[in-house]
Amino acid sequence: MHALVGENGAGKSTLMKILYGMQKPDEGTIAVDGEQVTFSSPADAIARGIGMVHQHFMLADNFTVLENVVLGSEKLHGIGGGARRKIKEISDRYGLNVRPDALVENLGVADRQRVEILKVLYRGAKTLILDEPTAVLVPQEVDALFENLRELKSEGLAVIFISHKLGEVLSVADDITVIRRGTTVGTAVPAETTPRQLAELMVGSELPTPETSESTVTDRPVIEVRDLIVVDKGTIQLSNQTPAGMLMSEVERGAVKLAVDNVSFTIHAGEVLGIAGVEGNGQTELIEALIGLQSADFGTIALEGEEITPWPTRKRREHGVGYIPEDRHRHGLLLEAPLWENRILGHVTEKPNSKGKRGFWLDPKGAQEDTRRIVEAYDVRTPGIDVTAASLSGGNQQKLIVGREMTHKPRFLIAAHPTRGVDVGAQAQIWDQIREARREGLAVLLISADLDELIGLSDTLRVIYNGRLVADADPATITPEELGSAMTGAATGHLEHIESGEDDA
Amino acid sequence: MKKFDKERLLLAVAGPVIALVAAIALTSVVLLASGRNPFEPYALMLEQASFSDVQVLIVNQASMYYIAALAVALGFRMNLFNIGVDGQYRLGAMMTAAVGANVSLPSFLQIPLLLLVAMLTGAFWAGIAGVLKVTRGVSEVVATIMLNAIATSLIGWLMLSDNLGVQVGNNNTTGVMKESGWFPGIDLGADVGEIYGLVFLAVLLGILYWAVLNRTRFGFDLRATGESESAAAASGVDAKRMVLISMLISGGVAGMSGLPLLLGEVHTYSLSFPAGLGFTAIGIALLGRNNPGGIAFAALLWAFLDKASPALDYATPVAYEKEIATIMQGLIVFAVVISYEAVRQWGLRRQQRQVGAELAAAAADNNSTQKEVAAR
Repeated sequence: MHALVGENGAGKSTLMKILYGMQKPDEGTIAVDGEQVTFSSPADAIARGIGMVHQHFMLADNFTVLENVVLGSEKLHGIGGGARRKIKEISDRYGLNVRPDALVENLGVADRQRVEILKVLYRGAKTLILDEPTAVLVPQEVDALFENLRELKSEGLAVIFISHKLGEVLSVADDITVIRRGTTVGTAVPAETTPRQLAELMVGSELPTPETSESTVTDRPVIEVRDLIVVDKGTIQLSNQTPAGMLMSEVERGAVKLAVDNVSFTIHAGEVLGIAGVEGNGQTELIEALIGLQSADFGTIALEGEEITPWPTRKRREHGVGYIPEDRHRHGLLLEAPLWENRILGHVTEKPNSKGKRGFWLDPKGAQEDTRRIVEAYDVRTPGIDVTAASLSGGNQQKLIVGREMTHKPRFLIAAHPTRGVDVGAQAQIWDQIREARREGLAVLLISADLDELIGLSDTLRVIYNGRLVADADPATITPEELGSAMTGAATGHLEHIESGEDDA
Repeated sequence: MKKFDKERLLLAVAGPVIALVAAIALTSVVLLASGRNPFEPYALMLEQASFSDVQVLIVNQASMYYIAALAVALGFRMNLFNIGVDGQYRLGAMMTAAVGANVSLPSFLQIPLLLLVAMLTGAFWAGIAGVLKVTRGVSEVVATIMLNAIATSLIGWLMLSDNLGVQVGNNNTTGVMKESGWFPGIDLGADVGEIYGLVFLAVLLGILYWAVLNRTRFGFDLRATGESESAAAASGVDAKRMVLISMLISGGVAGMSGLPLLLGEVHTYSLSFPAGLGFTAIGIALLGRNNPGGIAFAALLWAFLDKASPALDYATPVAYEKEIATIMQGLIVFAVVISYEAVRQWGLRRQQRQVGAELAAAAADNNSTQKEVAAR
């Protein structure tokens, strides 16, 4: 069992797509059983005995397990008795415990995953690729999955396991490859590796970050989050209309997974609160609950003393919540619209984008003028403001977004990976802007995968793990390595820096 | 106003031009294959278009196409496919005719009343699909197709003599509307005909469409939703509310699309009132790229093919089938879909390259650190 670990965007998925024939390599070779192969489609890969279980299941809900398994490979064992016997046989052999006649829509997430695995085995796979299989599972289910995987391994199959949850990786893998920014940065043997060493490999030593010199933290709270709970919508089969009481009981039973689990924090004016964590531990849901894209299932959010929990996104934005989204293409830009229209996005009711009552009329002239100013002030490299956002490089798109959000003088800024994919010069510039706004009393929630950025910019540090804020640390003394170990759930509570580097808190 | 952008204009025009050329070429192939002269029908049709009575017919027909296509285009701009324009149009026309026949007010009240009835009927009918989508997640495509069928039955039932219908000869009608509700046209002489007064309604709606989409917050939200639903949501657009409102507006506009004919010429809704307008409008909105100017051009072209082709049947010395025009219309729709997507992708890539080249030239000057962090 081989594990592949690395941060999001490190190139894990691309590598797997190449292995599975979904994408072609530009250079290099792949060998199966010592024989060099080229795959031009997933069908070629399957023929070579490579099967993939995707993170998002590809099953037809209104079909039975049997029908889903034979779909597309009807020729192997037919669609009737032969197929059923084969499914039974595979299921018994690996202890998958799959009932061929159950309807997929009645199955839970873990069962569906086993159906996916069975589907791959049914097609004769000898090598299984699992793309973040534990992301959607609750802990007991994770254990069961690992049990199944060990079974597969003992039967002589190879498993490639993609994850960024280090604890899991260490518990099941026989061999680990760490990749970062597209290249292999190291390999490890689990028995001789600690999560911390793995985290170090994964995160790497980054550029030196300019420290925030003097503290500007005041005692005026800007944003107060109390007992916030967001249910992972992927794990519940309940409809939107489920009454809160029923949801509560589901939560208490532990029947649903919580993406954000009882999170509370306060950010004061002039304070940057950094949240460290391996991706997929609830950061996305936390951000979406704060900006209003997802409703908070329980708990309250207050902006300068005023409760904003029921407010829609637009109202939050109008009242000074700035947003630098983690996925700028999905949430921050209209890629095929010109830059000046992108400057309007998110602030359409505010000056200089519109005028009249509640910003009824658009003001293209005002917006264009201000876009020119942003392009100038934030050094967005573009030939003009009429080109589409898609034609700019990622870093320049990000500078436009930062410029746009800062222009509206937010009181509270949600900054998710504000410098991801940005060149060195722009990175320093974005940091400067955040620091300057912080001096003027801005409260910032900073979420980043770049630990040096977190340590360098934050006044307070928290660690999120499995949807909970499990640890806090003082950015003045903590090192990225210490933070990395807390991100794996290995350390909780207040992290004290110990000079010798030992930290078992 | 923005400076004249040659490049963008070229890209905007390239799509329709390529589509039209391809459609004409393919029609000629069809003609050749059936052993006909591949070019003469075009000449015959163009000749028709030079007669003023045919021109009047074309303009009148185009005005209805235009209004219906605006209704479709509005939905398209936010990725909503209102296939139900046809049902909304027929129901709107029918209810307007019925009200017009039974209510008698002075003109300055009657006509606004009729416009309002048409709008509200269409909006109501489209609104059903909107509410279903927002509350139950029913695809608006399915809902509006169903509503078209239901509209047909509903109209049939309403037109029974027991309800609103009036039997005139063999035809079921809603009775003749009161004259105060007739909209005066522009009379161009006995042998030329009359241009519907409500052609100006079409022009007005075109201007409104442009202004709302490009100059209001609502229009911006609508376009943003169409371009990227996730980005629009993050920017604070309430997607459900937008779906409902745009469905209502689209339906309201669709409901008015039969009015030029109803108030300008026939003054009654009968079973021979033209059906299928709403479907034609989908093709027109596509060809016009959801742009008010483009739609006007497309509506005129469609009306031209409609009104100039009947003469083909009577052409001397060789007669052609007028269905040639229908073949062309079909081919245009095909070609449009393909060529627009091709031109769009080509344009996007081209711009990316240009921006890249321009920036590289600028960067060469100061030779600054363009290196991504990743490269370290």
